[in-house]
Amino acid sequence: MSPILNVKNLETRFQTLDGEVSAVNGIDFHLHKGESLGVVGESGSGKTQIFLSIMGLLAKNGRSTGSVKFKGQELIGMKTGELNKIRGVTMSMIFQDPMTSLNPYLKISKQMNEVLIEHQGRTEEEALKESIQMLDLVGIPEARKRVHMYPHEFSGGMRQRVMIAMALLCKPDLLIADEPTTALDVTVQAQILDLMRNLKKELDTAIVMITHDLGVVAGLCDRVMVMYGGRIVEKGDVRNIFYDAQHPYTQGLLESMPRLDEAKASKLHAIPGQPPNLQNLPVGCAFQDRCEYRKDQCLSSIPNLIEFAEGRAKACFREAS
Amino acid sequence: MSDTILNVEDLKVHFQVPRGGFFGGRVPLKAVDGVSFELKSGETLGIVGESGCGKSTLGRAVLQLIEPTGGNVAWLGSNITGLDAKTMRPYRKDMQIIFQDPLASLNPRMTIGEIIGEPLKTHYPEISRKDRREKVRQMMDKVGLLPQMINRYPHEFSGGQCQRIGIARAMILEPKVIVCDEPVSALDVSIQAQVVNLLQDLQKEFGLSLLFISHDLSVVRHISHRIMVLYLGKVMEIAPKDAIYADPRHPYTKALISAVPIPDPDRERNKEIVVLQGDLPSPIAPPSGCVFRTRCPFADDECAKTAPQPESVEAGHTVSCLHWQKLGG
Ligand SMILES: Nc1ncnc2c1ncn2[C@@H]1O[C@H](COP(=O)(O)OP(=O)(O)OP(=O)(O)O)[C@@H](O)[C@H]1O
Ligand code: SF4
Ligand SMILES: [Mg+2]
Repeated sequence: MSPILNVKNLETRFQTLDGEVSAVNGIDFHLHKGESLGVVGESGSGKTQIFLSIMGLLAKNGRSTGSVKFKGQELIGMKTGELNKIRGVTMSMIFQDPMTSLNPYLKISKQMNEVLIEHQGRTEEEALKESIQMLDLVGIPEARKRVHMYPHEFSGGMRQRVMIAMALLCKPDLLIADEPTTALDVTVQAQILDLMRNLKKELDTAIVMITHDLGVVAGLCDRVMVMYGGRIVEKGDVRNIFYDAQHPYTQGLLESMPRLDEAKASKLHAIPGQPPNLQNLPVGCAFQDRCEYRKDQCLSSIPNLIEFAEGRAKACFREAS
Repeated sequence: MSDTILNVEDLKVHFQVPRGGFFGGRVPLKAVDGVSFELKSGETLGIVGESGCGKSTLGRAVLQLIEPTGGNVAWLGSNITGLDAKTMRPYRKDMQIIFQDPLASLNPRMTIGEIIGEPLKTHYPEISRKDRREKVRQMMDKVGLLPQMINRYPHEFSGGQCQRIGIARAMILEPKVIVCDEPVSALDVSIQAQVVNLLQDLQKEFGLSLLFISHDLSVVRHISHRIMVLYLGKVMEIAPKDAIYADPRHPYTKALISAVPIPDPDRERNKEIVVLQGDLPSPIAPPSGCVFRTRCPFADDECAKTAPQPESVEAGHTVSCLHWQKLGG
């Protein structure tokens, strides 16, 4: 089975007044139908920009090179008109703030119907029926009535569901979720994650979950990609990442998390220092300043992402631990 | 760790908010509604609950930064409720606060030396500029900031460093208690651990007490000695930290804990989640009786009539639920 998304050597640079920002560097990964991929890493590590590059939604000062094949079609360099036939149709993205994808001045029914009429050729009546079904599916109570409400009339958790319903209208093959539950309370987050798990099972949607919360990844994702300094530093199955992490950053990240399910040592393991500035990445490994295993080689050359076992890869010069 | 420094009794903060709708007028929003607890010297009390449950308002009301509508706050035995700014002043030295958004809480036009030294200037104007700067340098060193950065401005620092600046400013008067309002929520996990460790080190060195407000139950479990669970301005449960996780008694506490994602795939996928129905009710029109009853899987007619009072489960562990004994642990 060939992957539905295949990314090769994706690079994204931003031109700014004080120099070039290397936000996304040499990214390779793929995703199969029905699979879920967790993307984790510190703030500014490039998680969001990878997927904005893939969707062709970069800010004006940004440019991507490399290859992104979605269902066999190359997206890098594709014309906006062509991209619009894919975005929101077979590939959708949702964000932390639902209002980035909802129009505050239009009733939900209007916004949802438009998508179905334009992309699926539905009649007004068919579209309304499908919109209500979709709201129902994402757990909006009284969908028949609420479909006629405006976005601000929904609570935060409900608005998040409406955005997910919008993104799913055309039954996309790929749903990219960028911190969709970060602004929500944990009890509401649990409802949304439950919803996403069901979508994956029932619609076979491939899901990318971008998050800083390793707990969310543990519950939802099949595979995980760990980002640092705009690069993938480790990739593997969810159990490998959590139980047998190989990159010093992944290890440090897991150890620095306080745990609800067990009492940890009185002191947390903290990774010293700070993440690097993408405008001024060090020569060599981006993690060098914070790494306890650093050796000379780490200062002079960038470690490649190397597959060291079936489906597992890391970018680090340290011998296996 | 035995003497009580802070005793809060039946504290209430009711805001008057526009009713909205056709008739206008104002209605009370009961942000904090009858909260009682005590804080011992050297202790950390964690305060958890979902957005809008009154955590931050409670923290500010305890420090008299918001005037309580009712109830008492006693500091080392003396009542400080509703004192005017001048009478409150000597107490302020002992009580400080740090905030969630590290950069936004720092004045962008002041150097970090001025920011950290400001409370000293206010409370001890007799200290010379030179001595003040020396004290600021010492404090910077304590919180892990390089003292030679004393003349830099806040925007030159990262989020974690800005939080260290906020902590240094709060610590410079060597207070007895610090209210920490979501102090690590805006920070990356790896930086969060640095700041949590710093707070714990300072606590040990200075015998500080902390009121640690956070929506992140994992962090709260790590840093607190006891934990208080709030819902719609009311205390649902207070317990020693291990008991609240190992032996929660309130249905809300149980739901809250079960909803926290555990960074362990096997455990996370096999755990049982108590999924709560619906959303938080509006704090302007809280449910009658038990405020949690509209989302509680065990609510019955009685819960709509009677507001539960805190009952003792065991020493140091109280729960406010009419049916806790029936529900078991
Ligand atoms: N338009 C732009 N011009 C210049 N730099 C940009 C632009 N957009 C993003 N960047 C930079 O690209 C880098 C990667 O950003 P990105 O948003 O992908 O991070 P992230 O991993 O998603 O972080 P977070 O967890 O905070 O969401 C950052 O250093 C960011 O400042
Ligand atoms: S390459 Fe070197 S510095 Fe980078 S993570 Fe590995 S050991 Fe550490
Ligand atoms: Mg992002």
